[in-house]
Amino acid sequence: MRKEIIHIRRDPKTLMLVIIMPVMMLVLLGYAVTSDIENIPLAVADLSKSSVSQNFIDRYWISGFFEITHDVKNEKEILELIDAGIVKTGILIPEDFGRKIDTGGSSPVQFYIDGSNPTVAQAAQLAAETIGQAASQEIFIKQLRKQMGGVNFTLPIDARIRFLYNPNMKRMDFWIPGLVAIILQIQSLLLTAFAIVREREQGTLEQLIVTPIKSWELMLGKILPFVAVALVNVALTVGVGMFWFGVPVAGSIPLLFGLSLIFLLGSLGLGVLISNISTNQMQAMYIASFIMIPAFILSGLLVPRDNMPWLAYYSGYLLPVTYFLEIVRGIITKGVGITYLWPWVWPMAVFSLVVFFLSVVLFRKRID
Amino acid sequence: MSVENAVIVDKLTKTFGDFTAVDHVSFTIPKGEIFGLLGPNGAGKTTTIRMLCGLLIPSDGDAKVLGYDVLIQPEEVKTKIGYMSQKFSLYNDLTSYENLDFYARIYGLTGNPRENRIDELIEMAGLRNHRSTITSNLSGAWRQRLALACAIVHNPPMLFLDEPTAGVDPISRREFWDLIYDLARQGVSVLATTHYMDEAEYCNNIGMMYQSKLIALADPDTLRGSIKDTLIEIDCDSQGKALQSLKEISGVLEAAMHGALLHVTIEKKAVKNKIKERLQSEGVAINRIEEILPSLEDVFVSMIKSKRQALVSAEFIEEREKI
Repeated sequence: MRKEIIHIRRDPKTLMLVIIMPVMMLVLLGYAVTSDIENIPLAVADLSKSSVSQNFIDRYWISGFFEITHDVKNEKEILELIDAGIVKTGILIPEDFGRKIDTGGSSPVQFYIDGSNPTVAQAAQLAAETIGQAASQEIFIKQLRKQMGGVNFTLPIDARIRFLYNPNMKRMDFWIPGLVAIILQIQSLLLTAFAIVREREQGTLEQLIVTPIKSWELMLGKILPFVAVALVNVALTVGVGMFWFGVPVAGSIPLLFGLSLIFLLGSLGLGVLISNISTNQMQAMYIASFIMIPAFILSGLLVPRDNMPWLAYYSGYLLPVTYFLEIVRGIITKGVGITYLWPWVWPMAVFSLVVFFLSVVLFRKRID
Repeated sequence: MSVENAVIVDKLTKTFGDFTAVDHVSFTIPKGEIFGLLGPNGAGKTTTIRMLCGLLIPSDGDAKVLGYDVLIQPEEVKTKIGYMSQKFSLYNDLTSYENLDFYARIYGLTGNPRENRIDELIEMAGLRNHRSTITSNLSGAWRQRLALACAIVHNPPMLFLDEPTAGVDPISRREFWDLIYDLARQGVSVLATTHYMDEAEYCNNIGMMYQSKLIALADPDTLRGSIKDTLIEIDCDSQGKALQSLKEISGVLEAAMHGALLHVTIEKKAVKNKIKERLQSEGVAINRIEEILPSLEDVFVSMIKSKRQALVSAEFIEEREKI
C-alpha cells in the first residue's frame, strides 16, 4: 500500500538504519568469526637453547596457529603470563632437551593451555599435538636413519583428504552465508512486528476497521513495501559478502533472489502475525525476541542441527530461517541448483503461505 | 427498500464481564437529523457508537443502520457510514492530502473522481493552505476538520462522531458544528456524542445517558420544559452574605455562584418575592433578579439528582424490607 511507503520515506533516519544496520552487522559479525583460530599468543621458555629446540619452536611459529609473543626463563613466568591473560598458551622445553634428542633419546616437553575459552583451548590443543607429533615423527626418522646408516625410511600410512566444497576449509565461506540468512530473518521480523500493533496503539486501527477494507488487503499492504526494503538488504549483504569478505557466490544469483523473496514473504508475515496477536508494542517486541534467539541456535547457524536432540532438531523446522540457511549455504557455498534445494524450498513456501493465512484469519475487524 | 429512519436502536446492551456498559438503550434517528448523545464520561456513549459501527458486538438487543443489521451485516454497514473516533486517529507523519488520499483509496476511489473529491473536501474543511502540512504539525482544530473530511471521503449517508470537538476552542467548535449542519442539510444523518452541553443545542434530538442507561430522550426544548422547578438569576452585591441568607429561606432548593451571578432554584415562583424582600432587609443591593430558561446543563444536573434520589429511596425501601 502506498501509505506504508510514505511512512517509510517520511522517516529517513529509520530507513537509513534499516538499510545500513544489516550491512554493519554483517561486517562486524563477519570479522568476529573470520579467524579460523590463529595467532594464539604463546610464551616460550626454552631452557635448552639448542638448535633442535629452536627448530622445534619454529614449527609452532611457522604453522600460523601460534604467535610467539614472550620469551621467558622458567615455568613460573609462563604461568604468570597465562594468569594475567596476556598469553593463552605456553611451552616449556627442559634444559636437557637438545642433548637427549641428539643422542637418540626422548625428552618431555610441557605445553600449557588456558582452558577458560574451550574453543581456543581445543584449537590450541589440537594444533599443539599435531605439530608436536609431526616434529616427533620427523626427528624419530632422522634418528633411525642415523642409527641404520642412511636407509630411507617412510611412514607406512599417508592419509590424504580432499574437501569437496570450500576446499581451503575457510570458515568465512561457511559463516558469511549463514550470517546473511540470520540477519535477514531478524530484520524482516522486526520490520513488521510493529506494523499492526502500532496502529492499534495510535488508535488508527479503529478508524481502519470501520472502513470496508478486507483483512488480506491490510496484511498484504503491511508486507509488500517491506519486501522491497528487505530485497535491497539481500542485495547489500550478499554484495558485502562477495566484495568485502571475498566469499564467492558459487550458484545462481537470480535463484538466490527468487528464493529470498519467498523467505521474506514468510518472515515478514511472521512479523505481522506477531503484531496481530499483541495488544501493545512491548508484547510484540517480547514475542519477536523469543523467536530471534532460537533462530540463532536452532537454525543450525552456529551448531550443526544433525547433532541436536530431537526436540531442538524439529523445533528448527518451525523457523523459516532454518530452510533459508540451507538454501543460502547451498547456493553460495555449494553452488547447487533448485533441484537439490527443493526439499528446503517447498516447506519454506508452505510456511510463508500458512503464516500469511493465519494472519488474515486471526485479524478480527473488531476491537474487543 | 425505503428506510425512514437512518438508525433504529432497540434495547441495545453491551456487557464486559460483570459490568454493563450499555443497558437496554433504545432510540431512533430519522434521516437527515442530528442526534446528540449526551452524558458524562463513562456513561456508555462511546460503547454505543462502537456497536453501531460494527467495532463491538452487542451482547443483546438489535440495531439497524440504514436498514442493515449491525450484527449480521457489519461490512455492509461499514461501506455506508463515516466514523470519527474519540481518539485522534489520522496518520501523524502523513500530510493532509496524503491522509485523504489514503482513505479515498481504501474506499476504492480512483483516478479523477478521487482527485476531485479530495479537492472538494480540502475546500470544504478550509484546509487549502494546509494541504501539504504534516498532520502532526496541524493545530487541534485543523486536525479535527481533517478527521471529519477523512470520515466523509466516500459520501456516507450516515455519520458517527464520537466527541468530535473534545479539546477544541469554542470558536472552532462553532465552525465545526456549522460543517455538520451543512452535511445534515444535504441529507446526511448524524449521531454525535459530546459532554459539552451547549453543543447539544445544535441537535434535533437528544438522548441523555447516565450510568449505562438512557435517562432522557427528547428535543432540547422539551427537555428544558421538563424541569419543574424554577431557576432565577440574581445580580447583586455582597454575594457571600446573600448566599448565606438565601439558603435559610424556605422554598429555596439550591443556591450557588454562577460566575459573578447567583443561580437559585426555587420550588414556586412566589418564592422569588420572598428572596427579594429578605435580601433587601439585609441591605444587599439587588441590580437584577429574573427568571431564566434552564440550560441543558441544568436539565442534566437536575435529572441526575432525581435519579440518584430515586436510587437512594429504592435502596432504603429494600433495606427496610430485609429487616
